[in-house]
Amino acid sequence: MPADLSTAVFRGYRRANGRIGVRNHVIILPVDDISNAAAEAVAANIQGTLALPHPYGRLQFGADLDLHFRTLIGTGANPNVAAAVVIGIEPGWTRRVVDGIAATGKPVEGFWIELNGDHATILNASRKAKEFVHYATALEREEAPLRDLWVSTKCGESDTTSGCGANPTVGNAFDKLYPHGVTLCFGETTELTGGEQLVAARCRTPAVRERFMFMFNRYQEVINRWKTSDLSESQPTKGNIAGGLTTIEEKALGNIQKIGRLCRVDGVLDKAETPAGPGLWFMDSSSAAAEMVTLCAAAGYVVHLFPTGQGNVIGNPILPVVKLCANPRTVRTMSEHIDVDVSALLRRELTLDQAGDRLLECLFATAGGRWTAAEVLGHREFVLTRLYESA
Amino acid sequence: MTIHFIVHEQGDSVGTVVVEGVKAGDTLTGWVMEQDTTIEVKTLEDVPIGHKIALRKLQNGDTVIKYGADIGRTVAPIERGAYLHVHNVKTKRW
Repeated sequence: MPADLSTAVFRGYRRANGRIGVRNHVIILPVDDISNAAAEAVAANIQGTLALPHPYGRLQFGADLDLHFRTLIGTGANPNVAAAVVIGIEPGWTRRVVDGIAATGKPVEGFWIELNGDHATILNASRKAKEFVHYATALEREEAPLRDLWVSTKCGESDTTSGCGANPTVGNAFDKLYPHGVTLCFGETTELTGGEQLVAARCRTPAVRERFMFMFNRYQEVINRWKTSDLSESQPTKGNIAGGLTTIEEKALGNIQKIGRLCRVDGVLDKAETPAGPGLWFMDSSSAAAEMVTLCAAAGYVVHLFPTGQGNVIGNPILPVVKLCANPRTVRTMSEHIDVDVSALLRRELTLDQAGDRLLECLFATAGGRWTAAEVLGHREFVLTRLYESA
Repeated sequence: MTIHFIVHEQGDSVGTVVVEGVKAGDTLTGWVMEQDTTIEVKTLEDVPIGHKIALRKLQNGDTVIKYGADIGRTVAPIERGAYLHVHNVKTKRW
């Protein structure tokens, strides 16, 4: 890790729109569920490509459809993606995704199955995917300033050690990155319940605070509309409760340790929305790990910091997920999933400042190309958020 | 000195056990992180790692404090050193 963060650099892939990626994926992106088979066939044909199958994209409408497009386009536009092949059942919505990704200036091409069938689509898309892999593998990493790194965070299968160890470690790292113009993100709207006033107090302006409380209250209405209990076993989860977390308030107060003590909340994003500038952004989002990390990737973040207590094993296809843990039992029983062990914090053998530096060291290594545990283990959870039923 | 449980702030009503194998009757050392001091509590029950013990006697309906903030209400009287979790504490939200 660089001793002086004000002059720190990392080596990444500069994209046509000026953003810097830390991975160099060629993705095969289905627009809808019924195009998954063709997308996966192309990825099986062409080495160095990655299919992103998902179960949605048909008969969605309104805000839910907007979110679908925003997530798919954002995923293709993410600077960790060098080029994208898009496959849909018909040309209209396929072109909409292609045009959205093309706005970044990166290579992208769309294919549709109607009037072509799977065979011709797979053949044509495979030819293009092969070209894209040659293009991507000829690209080289170059030096970029720290401010070009976009870092998101979300915790999962939290327990009480998250709140006193792993989450404050992310908070310490965020406090160190924030003054250098890094673009940061946190979210998990319902998981702030009981600590929402503390987040509101950290908002930079009254307008940001108002927008944050709007998002918070909007999600509370969803809970109140559908709940049949106090949400025990869902929020907190069974795993949270097994790990000693008792109430949503306790979980929330541990959760918000991730935004440190110095960072201010500079702005509020809707789901999968791209931030307009540097600083710490709150994104309205599900607290389910794969959903939230998928939204962060779609918003343009390139590395994710993921503290866990009981051992959530999540990864993402395009966003490297760095896992840290302070629970000595989890570190012992699930060591293959943990990138940064901060359990010494709870033995009073490691200071929070040292733990934060250890995490930053792993962040720089990951940004430079070192694979995270989730990448090595093949965790590629790509989960689209749905707002309501299809038409 | 082995730290058996941690307390976020002085004034919190609970401590979090951070070692495995805590048994009823053990005298535990706790680290109050914010003030960087230590306290001792004798447990009344076995408490798994990550789970909480009460640092003072709580009446039914009392507010439980952790991180210096409200984390819910008791639904039974709880003695100092007793195990505190979903069986005797509930959310005030939802």
